[in-house]
Amino acid sequence: MSTTTSPSAASSALTTETRLPSALRLGAARTRVELMTFFRERDAVIFIFAYPVIMLAIFATVFGQDRQGGAADGPGGIPFAQYFLPGMVATGIMLTSFQSLAISIAVQRDEGALKRLRATPMPAVSFFLGKIGQVLLVSVVQVALLLGIGALAFDIDLPTTASAWTTFAWVFLLGTATGAVCGVAFSVLPRTGKSASAVVTPVVLVLQFISGVFFVFTDLPTWMQRVAEVFPLKWMAQGMRSVFLPPEGQEWEASGSWQHGTTALVLMAWLVLGLVVGVRTFRWRRRDDG
Amino acid sequence: MTGRRTGDNGLAVEVTGLRKRYGAHQAVDGLDLEVRTGEIFAILGPNGAGKTTTVEILEGFRSADSGQVQVLGQDPAHAGRQWRSRLGVVMQDSREQSELTVSELVHHFATFYPDPRDADEVIDAVGLREKATNRSAALSGGQRRRLDVALGIVGRPELLFLDEPTTGFDPQARRSFWELVKGLRDGGTTILLTTHYLDEAAYLADRAAVVRDGRVVALGAPDELGGPDARRPVVHWTQDGTAHSERTATPTALVTRLSREAAGPDGEVPDLRVVQPSLEDVYLSLISGAEHPQDTAAPHTTDGPVPDLETTR
Repeated sequence: MSTTTSPSAASSALTTETRLPSALRLGAARTRVELMTFFRERDAVIFIFAYPVIMLAIFATVFGQDRQGGAADGPGGIPFAQYFLPGMVATGIMLTSFQSLAISIAVQRDEGALKRLRATPMPAVSFFLGKIGQVLLVSVVQVALLLGIGALAFDIDLPTTASAWTTFAWVFLLGTATGAVCGVAFSVLPRTGKSASAVVTPVVLVLQFISGVFFVFTDLPTWMQRVAEVFPLKWMAQGMRSVFLPPEGQEWEASGSWQHGTTALVLMAWLVLGLVVGVRTFRWRRRDDG
Repeated sequence: MTGRRTGDNGLAVEVTGLRKRYGAHQAVDGLDLEVRTGEIFAILGPNGAGKTTTVEILEGFRSADSGQVQVLGQDPAHAGRQWRSRLGVVMQDSREQSELTVSELVHHFATFYPDPRDADEVIDAVGLREKATNRSAALSGGQRRRLDVALGIVGRPELLFLDEPTTGFDPQARRSFWELVKGLRDGGTTILLTTHYLDEAAYLADRAAVVRDGRVVALGAPDELGGPDARRPVVHWTQDGTAHSERTATPTALVTRLSREAAGPDGEVPDLRVVQPSLEDVYLSLISGAEHPQDTAAPHTTDGPVPDLETTR
């Protein structure tokens, strides 16, 4: 090994000042490593990446065959598979952003991996660029998979208008950003890495049940609807319904409309809240480590 | 940004009057320290002596309440990436269960630095070639520690912090680890080592500081710690049925006197022993605050393996 640093390194140290790798390049390196890590973790692949696809397949299959002679219908004659697809897209976004980050950062913090990174010249911004890159890429692949399987296996009609895809784009991006930021903020709650998924998963599950992901939202008790309206998932699901359901679908919304403005407001409010809390509470070290 | 390699005075680390308090506990209480460029410097001390707090202040992880700290010519509290790229840090409490392989991790960490070592050479140097394609989560404790070291040195640091690096090693792994550390020093890396193991400090360190209650109580080459007084031998003998012992700078004279006064009919002084305090005796006396090594109640053997102080105390 080249441990002979003395004369050559002394002179090179003078010239290396400007040669620190850029934060962006390191962000790309972190993204690659985060992706490799994500896809090698069986739990993450099953319960975050594949989960919405599996749920879509189960729901579409079960409810698609409960009547003789053709696909069963959801509200307004919309096929069940089509009605559930937006909910699964919204769930996928929340799992890949919120659940994935809340658990992985809590675990990395507990294991000392964050502290070790902090001891290197890698800037903090590169670490977060890596997390963002990982979340975005996994989300894109996951949603593409959902839409592909929905279209090919369950004959779901995908939207054809530019305005629908524009809505899809902003709900997707805003939802992912909000989920990611809230996931980072939430990661300080689990006391140990082992407890991380036990703390995070119930939150995600409860939100799925009350936010109209598995059921028609208006079938839920009114008080439950009110509770769900406080949280982002309900609005992400509703935003996605506005993309994948025909305009008549609005009639089965609680308000009778898609409420794009409210959706954007609620998601942005959580984005800001997550940012403020995250910036104030983020730590590179365990709680018991000073 | 001047004084790139070190401070202008040939010191890699310079600490004066360092203090750090956690609530009512004064963890570091007026600690002074100088680590010279190119040496292996060991900080010895029991748990709670303030070793890790001190080292973490030097690494820039904690802020000092007061005192002057210069590491590679800069104040760690305000130093940036450029400064950090000249450090290597091997922490005490890393138990990362990464899904990445040894090779992937070392190559990845190499990208953080402006002038890294060759990642594969580093893997060879720490003896992980055969495990290079294993996921780090599947490594044994000692192998993981070697990986920690690989990640700490891949950036070609001028100053390497090793916080209790060989805890949990078997003797053979420890010996080869020591050779690795010496090799780094011989290659020009300054090393600041904290350890519980006296034999480790004795074998590796050019100089050592013993820390107790947040301050340095002894400083010097490991075989000179505590000064000549601490190493003054003790003569033990039995006279009139009672055991005696006397600390003396002139044991030969004492034994000569005893052979006249206390010898039995066969000319032998009963139970006569001259005991040289071991490094462990000296250390235990230093950290207990006792005036002389023999005043401590700890059992002492003068040779043979020195036990881990954490378990013996």
